[in-house]
Amino acid sequence: MSMTQPTKPVNDAGARLLSGARWRWYEVLFWVAAIALFFVFGDFIPGIPTRLMLLSEIISLGLLALSIDLVLGYAGIVTLGQGAFFGLGAYVAGLMAKNGMGAFPLSDPLLGLLAAAAVSGAAGFVTSFLVLRGSDLTRLMVTLGVALILAELANQMRWLTGGADGLQGVMSSPILGIWDFDLWGHTAYVYSLVVLFVCFWLSRRIVHSTFGLSLKAIKGNALRARAIGVPVNARLVAIYTLAAAIAGIAGALLAQTTQSASPDMIAFHRSADALLILVFGGAGYLYGGLIGAVLFRVMQDVIGNITLQYWQFWLGLVLVLLVLFVRGGVIGLMEGWWNRLTRKGDAP
Amino acid sequence: MLTILFDGVAYGMLLFVLAIGLCVTLGLMNFINLAHGAFAMAGGYLTIVMMNRYGISFYWGLPAAFVFSAILGAVLERTLYVHLYTKSHLDQVLFSIGLVFMATAVVDYFMGANQQTINLPPALEGRVNFLGASIGVYRIFTIVLCGLLTIGLQFVLAKTRFGSRLRAAVDDGRVARGMGIDVTKIFALTFAVGSGLAGLGGALSTGIISMDPTFPLKYMIYFLIVISVGGTTTITGPFFASLLLGVADVAGKYYAPAVGGFIIYTIMVAVLILRPQGLFTKASR
Repeated sequence: MSMTQPTKPVNDAGARLLSGARWRWYEVLFWVAAIALFFVFGDFIPGIPTRLMLLSEIISLGLLALSIDLVLGYAGIVTLGQGAFFGLGAYVAGLMAKNGMGAFPLSDPLLGLLAAAAVSGAAGFVTSFLVLRGSDLTRLMVTLGVALILAELANQMRWLTGGADGLQGVMSSPILGIWDFDLWGHTAYVYSLVVLFVCFWLSRRIVHSTFGLSLKAIKGNALRARAIGVPVNARLVAIYTLAAAIAGIAGALLAQTTQSASPDMIAFHRSADALLILVFGGAGYLYGGLIGAVLFRVMQDVIGNITLQYWQFWLGLVLVLLVLFVRGGVIGLMEGWWNRLTRKGDAP
Repeated sequence: MLTILFDGVAYGMLLFVLAIGLCVTLGLMNFINLAHGAFAMAGGYLTIVMMNRYGISFYWGLPAAFVFSAILGAVLERTLYVHLYTKSHLDQVLFSIGLVFMATAVVDYFMGANQQTINLPPALEGRVNFLGASIGVYRIFTIVLCGLLTIGLQFVLAKTRFGSRLRAAVDDGRVARGMGIDVTKIFALTFAVGSGLAGLGGALSTGIISMDPTFPLKYMIYFLIVISVGGTTTITGPFFASLLLGVADVAGKYYAPAVGGFIIYTIMVAVLILRPQGLFTKASR
C-alpha cells in the first residue's frame, strides 16, 4: 500500500475507494452461507432440529454489533451504551405492534422498523452532542449513563412498558400483508436476514465512501483531521445518529420476532455483550459483529449446556486472552493466517 | 432526617474507601480498571467466609480483607495488568470487564448466587440516640474508621516522601521518571494498597449492604460516578464526591424510591457534560 505513483494522487484515492468497495468472493460466500442456514436449520432435513428462532436472535445481535462497529471500528468512539438505542427500538416496535392489535397501520412490521429507526436515531442525534466532548473515559461514562437512565425509565414507567415484566403479546401483522410470522421462525429468519442485509449494504456503502474515509481519519487523529478540513463534529454526530438508528432497527427486529420487549433488552449487559461480540469478531471489518454474534451464541449454547450459569467465566477468560494475545479478533486472526498462507505478508 | 444524613455520610465514606484506589490508579497510569469492584468483593467474601464458616471475629476480618485484596491486587498487577498500560482504552475496558465476568462466575461457583450477610459483633449492633436521631452503632464505626483512613491517606500523600513522589508521578509521569522516580514501582505499590482498601471497604460493606456475585458490576457505576464528579488529581475531590453521592443515594432511596437511581445518573451525565474534568478539580490540564 505504499505510494508508488505519487504523480496521480487524486486517481489513487478514488481507485482505492473503488477497489475497497468491490464485493469479494468471501463476502458472497458469507451471504450464501447465511441463506443456506435457512435450509439446513429450517426443518427441511429430517433429524436436524429447527433453530431458526435462535438464528434470528443472532441476526439481531449481529446487527447491534454492526452498529457499534460503525461508531467504534470506524469513528473510534468507545461506547458502552449502544444497548440504549437497541432497547428503545425494541420498545417502540413492541408498543406499536401491541397497541395496533395485529392490524395494518400500527402493527405492520416494516412501519415498526421505520418508527424504531426514527426514534432511536433521534435519541442518538440528541445524545451525540454529549459524546463529542471529552476523553475515552468521559465518553464511556456518558454513554453508559444515558443507557442507565433509559433502562431506569423503562423499568419505572410501568403503565407504558409493563415494568420489570416487559411487554407481552406483541403481535405483528403479516409482512407486506402476505407473510405471517410462524411458530418455527421461517418468516422471522428470512425477514431478519433481509433487514440485516439492507442495513449491512447501507453501512458498507457508507464506510467505503469519502465520508467513511473521513471517519477513519478522525479515528486516526482527530486534530489532524480537523486541520485538513474534515468537519469532525458534524461527521461524528452523523455516524452516531446513523448507528443509533441501526441499533434501533436491531432492537425492533428482536421485539418483533420474539413477540416481546423486556428491560433485559435495554440493560447494561446488552451493551457489554454487543461490544464483546464486536471485539471478539474483529472491529473495523463490518463482518466482525456478524461473525462474533454467531460464535458468541454458539459458545453460549455449548458452554451453557455443560455448566449452565458459569459460562460467564469462560466468556471472561476468552475476553482476557483476546485482549492479551490477539489483535483484531477472529477476523484479524484469519487475515493474519491468510496473509502468511499466500505470502502476501507485506514487510515494510 | 438526621438519621438519613448520618446513614448517607456512612455510606459515602464507605464508597470513598472502595473507590479511592481506582481514582489514584486512573490518575497515575490513565488506566481504566472496571474490575476494581472485584477486589472489594474478594475482601467482602473473605470476611464472610472467615466469620460464617470458621467463626473468626469480625475485627480480624477487616485487616485480613485488606491484606488479602492487596496481595491479590499486587499479583494481578504484576502478571496481567502490566501488559495493558500501553494498550488502548478499549482494550483496557474489555480486559477488565472480562476479569469482572470471571470473578463473578468464580464467586458464584464457590459461594452461590444468593445474597450473603454477616452477624455483626454485639458491640457494633444496636442504635444510639444522638441529637434526637436514632443512629446505628455500626454506622458510627464505619464513619470513624473511614475517617481515620482518609486522614491517614491525606497525611501520607501530603507529608511523606512517598506521597510527594506519587503526586509528582500523577502530575506528569514522564517528567517524574526523568527525575529518577521509579514510577513503575510506585504504581505497583499504589495499585496494591488501592486494591487492599477496596477489599477493606468490601468487608465493611458486608455490614451495611449485603454481598452477592453481582457486586462488582453493580458498584462499578458508583465508582465511575465518584471519579467523574471528584476528578483523579486529588483525594479530597473523590472524598466530597463520595459523600455527596452517599447522601444523595440514601436520601433518594428514602424520599423518592421510584426516581432515586434516575437522579444520580442524570447528575453524573450533567457533571460530565458541564465539567468533564470533575467538579472539584481546580484546573484542567
